[in-house]
Amino acid sequence: MITSRRAAALAGVLAFTLAAAACGSSSKSTSSTTSGASTSTGGSTSAPASSSPSTSPANLKATLNGSGSTFVKAFLQAGIASFTKANSGVTINYAGGGSGKGRQDLAAANITDFAGSDSPIPAADLPTFKGGTVLYFPVVVAPITVSYNAGIDKLQLSSDTIAKIFQRQVKTWDDATIAADNPGVKLPSTQIVVVHRSDSSGTTANFTSFLDKASGSGGSGVWTLKSGSTVQWPTDSQAGNGSTGVVQLVKQTAGAIGYVDYSDAKAAGLKWAQVKNQAGKFVDATLDGASAAVSGAAVSADLTFSAVWTRGDASYPITAQTWILVYQNQTDKDKGTAMKAFLHYLLADGQALAPTVDYAPIPKILASTAIAQLDKIQLPA
Amino acid sequence: MSSVPTDFRSRRGVADRAFQGLSVGAGVVVLAVLSLIAAITLQKSWPVFRDMGTSFFTSDRWSPPDNHFGAAAYIYGSLLSATIALVLAVPVSLGIALFVTQVAPRRVRRVVVSLMDLLAVVPSVVFGLWGILVFSTQIKGFYDHLHSLLGGIPVVGGFFGAPQGRSFFTAGIILAIMITPIITSLAREVIDTTPQTDREGALALGATRWEMIRGAVLPHSTGGIVGAVMLGLGRALGETIAAALVIGSSAQITRNLFGSGDSMPATIANQWGEANSPQKAALIGLALTLFVITIVVNMIATGVVQRSARRSQGLR
Repeated sequence: MITSRRAAALAGVLAFTLAAAACGSSSKSTSSTTSGASTSTGGSTSAPASSSPSTSPANLKATLNGSGSTFVKAFLQAGIASFTKANSGVTINYAGGGSGKGRQDLAAANITDFAGSDSPIPAADLPTFKGGTVLYFPVVVAPITVSYNAGIDKLQLSSDTIAKIFQRQVKTWDDATIAADNPGVKLPSTQIVVVHRSDSSGTTANFTSFLDKASGSGGSGVWTLKSGSTVQWPTDSQAGNGSTGVVQLVKQTAGAIGYVDYSDAKAAGLKWAQVKNQAGKFVDATLDGASAAVSGAAVSADLTFSAVWTRGDASYPITAQTWILVYQNQTDKDKGTAMKAFLHYLLADGQALAPTVDYAPIPKILASTAIAQLDKIQLPA
Repeated sequence: MSSVPTDFRSRRGVADRAFQGLSVGAGVVVLAVLSLIAAITLQKSWPVFRDMGTSFFTSDRWSPPDNHFGAAAYIYGSLLSATIALVLAVPVSLGIALFVTQVAPRRVRRVVVSLMDLLAVVPSVVFGLWGILVFSTQIKGFYDHLHSLLGGIPVVGGFFGAPQGRSFFTAGIILAIMITPIITSLAREVIDTTPQTDREGALALGATRWEMIRGAVLPHSTGGIVGAVMLGLGRALGETIAAALVIGSSAQITRNLFGSGDSMPATIANQWGEANSPQKAALIGLALTLFVITIVVNMIATGVVQRSARRSQGLR
């Protein structure tokens, strides 16, 4: 009797603990559900889709999967976190892997629901997209810095000088070419160590696209390596894996120079150069400079554009952009509805998140054009 | 009474047939998988072979913006780093294997064997990260020293040119550490199979321990040791992430062992993410090339093993 009673008591305690634990975890999720619902219906400013007339956030229920650009990952993660907080029925997963992988996954049509891409789909790859027409939604832009470690406080570089440095035609910091861009600055005689990405990268594509546009065959002709996610760098240069790999090499190597995404350069405390833009002004790599660069860009009807080497006095000339790519014809009503709401959030309230993770918001006009494009997304009945 | 053995026989017949079917099936699956890999990679990489022809193998210019893909530098880098790895790993591995089987007392033997086995299970990315964060920065001083010591000598000096922390040689050393446990444990197994009578016979004839090893142990185990070395070579050729991190990622053909280079698997891993269609075809072409090289290496190894097996049978 005693033992069985004790066993019963034990079982009771155990059951209670389990229930409490279960309650703990479930109450957490339910409370976040209800609080999420209440904030979104309560119309607080952070509630994203509440301003969208087409969707009511309370009944969104879908899982969206995406992959692609690692450049935009930090912004998307911030956006996903605050969007799903307000719409607890929606789960959004974003795996990096590179823009190329993102486009490839989207092309297969049943792997992912959206892709992040730093560049438009190459014409040759368009037929591979099984789901039909793809819509581009620009979300953020950011500068690519030319970071250096040479004990110079303020460095100014023109595109021709950068081209010569990265092609190893200028090998010391006190070279006359660099001195010409920096009148009155005392330059050290240190050897220049060029650092580039070892992995193929949208950052490389945008950086070389800047050099190709500004100093390529159409311009001064100094830059001969053309542009792409991988180019054939001189063999006496160093390679780092990923943005962080380049940061590490620049940081630990005296005389190093490399191109690094703004957020990584800022986080690592690197110094970067002011770069001469199309208007002939030396412009610092800032979020404002990046936004200005997009304002000077020629945007096509499908919302593709290139933000490098654009017009305008304040434009920072090496500016990269990311689009979210989705199919115009959605095959799943719930997913399509959630996708529209998420994109609307990223283009409206979510833009305010951009500076907090070191990206620049896109100009208001472009954002409202992109929001208007949301109506093109077709949902199944 | 008489029906029991019949039953038994027929049951065994079924089991035999089932086993035969299973093993033939397994053999066919291996062949099918290999030929499918070959067929699909050939099909997917066809554009690059069509556009580049043999210059895919002879050109060292790999420039995706021009759609010019020459793999020579990557092939060279793979072969060179794997060769360095073998040159460093084989003597050490054989030394450990002989020490463990012929010299060491039992207690020491157990410790060494389990330590080597432990080394074998370390994931390659760990070696890669250690290589990039610690080893490649520390070893450069040693390279600098060798460069200043030997760099001035004609001909030989060319191998010890201006050093980079991440280089063919660094990759070779990291790969050597990775393949040493494999070669060691296989060589140890093979050496252990030397008949006790052979060894005792040699000792009885007045041979020293080294003479016994040279006269009895090594001839007996040559085939197996070659096989072990070839498995190590295969691993070194195919190693991706560790090589990608420490080899330097610069497509060049140079005899400077301290220069940075690139290998085939490392290039595939590095460039796949953002590659466009022609570049993807070229990367698959690299994979096919690597596949063919490893098959050739394995065929040579099989030949060597068989010849030495025949020879040792003939001797006996």
